[in-house]
Amino acid sequence: MKRTGAQILCESLVKEGVEVIFGFPGGAVLSLYDTLPQYPQLRHILVRHEQGAAHAADGYARATGKVGVCMATSGPGATNLVTGIANAYLDSSSVVAITGQVARPFIGKDAFQEVDITGITLPITKYNYLVRDAASLAKVVREAFCLSRTGRPGPVLIDIPRDVQMEQAEFNYPRKVEIPGYKPTLEGHPAQIKKAARLINEAQHPVILAGRGVIISGAYAELKYLAEAAQIPVLTTLLGVSCFPEGHPLSYGMVGMHGMAYANIALHNAGLVIAIGMRFDDRVTGRIDSFAPQARIIHIDIDPAEIGKNVSVDVPIVGDVKLVLKKLNKLIISTERTEWIGQVEDWRKEHPSLEIRDSASLLPQYVISKIYEATKGEATIVTGVGQNQMWAAQHYCYDKPNTLISSGGLGTMGFGLPAAMGAKVGRPDSPVWLIDGDGSFQMTIQELATIVQDNIAVKIAILNNGFLGMVRQWQELFYQKRYVATPISCPDFVKIAEGYCLPGLRVKHRGEVVPAIKQAVEHEGPFLIDFMVEPEENVYPMVPPGATLVEAIEAPKKKVEAISDSAKLPVSNI
Amino acid sequence: MATAKHTLVALVEDKPGVLNRMASLFRRRGFNIESIAVGHSELPHLSRMTIVVNGTTAMVEQVRKQVDKLVDVVKVSDITGSDKVARELALIKVKANSATRTEIIEIADIFRANIVDVASDSVTVEVTGDEDKINSLYNLLSGFGIKEMAKTGRIAMTRGSLVRSRSRHGRGKG
Ligand SMILES: Cc1ncc(C[n+]2csc(CCOP(=O)(O)OP(=O)(O)O)c2C)c(N)n1
Ligand SMILES: [Mg+2]
Repeated sequence: MKRTGAQILCESLVKEGVEVIFGFPGGAVLSLYDTLPQYPQLRHILVRHEQGAAHAADGYARATGKVGVCMATSGPGATNLVTGIANAYLDSSSVVAITGQVARPFIGKDAFQEVDITGITLPITKYNYLVRDAASLAKVVREAFCLSRTGRPGPVLIDIPRDVQMEQAEFNYPRKVEIPGYKPTLEGHPAQIKKAARLINEAQHPVILAGRGVIISGAYAELKYLAEAAQIPVLTTLLGVSCFPEGHPLSYGMVGMHGMAYANIALHNAGLVIAIGMRFDDRVTGRIDSFAPQARIIHIDIDPAEIGKNVSVDVPIVGDVKLVLKKLNKLIISTERTEWIGQVEDWRKEHPSLEIRDSASLLPQYVISKIYEATKGEATIVTGVGQNQMWAAQHYCYDKPNTLISSGGLGTMGFGLPAAMGAKVGRPDSPVWLIDGDGSFQMTIQELATIVQDNIAVKIAILNNGFLGMVRQWQELFYQKRYVATPISCPDFVKIAEGYCLPGLRVKHRGEVVPAIKQAVEHEGPFLIDFMVEPEENVYPMVPPGATLVEAIEAPKKKVEAISDSAKLPVSNI
Repeated sequence: MATAKHTLVALVEDKPGVLNRMASLFRRRGFNIESIAVGHSELPHLSRMTIVVNGTTAMVEQVRKQVDKLVDVVKVSDITGSDKVARELALIKVKANSATRTEIIEIADIFRANIVDVASDSVTVEVTGDEDKINSLYNLLSGFGIKEMAKTGRIAMTRGSLVRSRSRHGRGKG
């Protein structure tokens, strides 16, 4: 039986097990939208801006491990997706973006609402397709989902001209995918695994540096086994947070620019770094030429191009983290490493990076610790970008797997609310808290309407400091407190909540924090709390840009003058 | 670390946009490409690309891995160290008059180059060979005055074993 291109797309999405599409209609996807009601198993959530659709699909993908789907019309609809696609690309998130395109005869003619979206997204997608006829659509969708989800995951875009959506063709969903140039290596090389095991068994001062690859591959048990059997301290990247229970005695938290001082010290002094599913981002390594100077490095990653890209590696292992660890663990000899663990433990005592300073004012770190207590560590935390993000990563204790969702690689302000929405849709039965900044929140604030319309019970905590706080912090430290364009006024967020028809509260004092959070937890639907926090609080520890990991500024205000020196202006970005 | 010219040979799917994907990757990652040449291969739906890149071994290895990561690339190898045949083709239009024409033709002959066009004030020479050969010819001809030159990028392949290449094509190493 022949079907239209639009039907073929929907049939294919159903075959792929898609349950929800975040989208926004327009002329070039009208046929798709007209066809959607024939497939009630495909839930459509109408966002208020296409960027929100892409972030929501991303948040959904991270929360579920499935592919997140977003959809937009041609031209402005498609370009509005771009930030979200780039975000998914940099954080290896499996997103399939479907865009409408002008009809085939109009392509290349600068027709109304035509943009070359496959050209635009070329460097920010794992792959993309301009579909040339309805007959090839099923194969394209099959390939797109396969590419997006397997190997190193990433976004794939499918651009479908509007006449292809109406064209008739036979629907045959291919059972197998054959892409000659695409064969991810899953099994690590046995000889390399042996070499790695030997290094680990002989190591004096090993650390594990785990990233999001552990989460993507679901290697929680394998990582835990390795850490426990060989008694190795586990450090994580920002996106690796929650790949290992933070309450575990071997957990030493996050490394990098705002990592725990003791974690950075351990990494710097390590004799062996076992890097698992991470990519030595500059936020993680600090100054690259003095990164872990004495260490041999084992690097396990599914993407061969990541190996040797930023640091040179002694034992590279290309493969799926879970499969590699399973084999590696068999070769590990159980050891006690009392001396080294004791040393790292001493560093933890000497550099208590998570202590919240004594203050009568409302500190953002305090708010987060109370959210942790109220949710008993059961919540999925989604963040904005900036100080709020770093505090959320530091002060919530992530004991459950895959419970922090944050924009790492791109650092996209505005990711928070739509991503939280996607995460909640993917995890309807667990609490989802958004911890956001007043600046970030205003970038995608309109998605409040979406969560209300679809009753998506996201709990929103705005850390309202009246500043683009992280940029202000850099201005304080590196630009002699010249706060140019960082004081930011906000609407009355409680009134905004009211306007969007969801309950909201304002919290100004410490004493109000716990009751407000309790109220939010007990409320059935979405809920917003505007926490008026200390305006000029800084995130510590902080490794200044260009510095070595052990050169962190640890305590508030200490040493600040020393680095306020324009000769040391940061070379990297916020 | 010392930089050197490396020759990468890639087998790629013959699809619209592949050259664009390749070029976009080089631009984005800041890889400096000397030349890129593409055409059909012996296999249906697959093209062969020859890419010449200047860089350190580590950098070129990163280029190779990034190219390999492209979904449309079936295979890519760095054949720099291998025994290989590498060729470029150049068309050189040289100023000529009745006094110099014979000399130009003689030089072309020495290089086994062809004269493909003769006009009252110019001679056009077609030459095939490796980069050194083409450069030498160019240098010799520049004394007469070069009016125009066009050159292809390098194409290259590793040499086959003697036996195989003889039996298939009746020729030895070319
Ligand atoms: C889209 C975007 N624009 C600009 C930036 C640069 N930037 C990084 S953090 C930050 C400040 C964020 O302010 P806010 O959301 O209020 O968070 P805070 O740091 O105050 O917690 C800015 C502007 C960014 N990361 N993303
Ligand atoms: Mg702020």
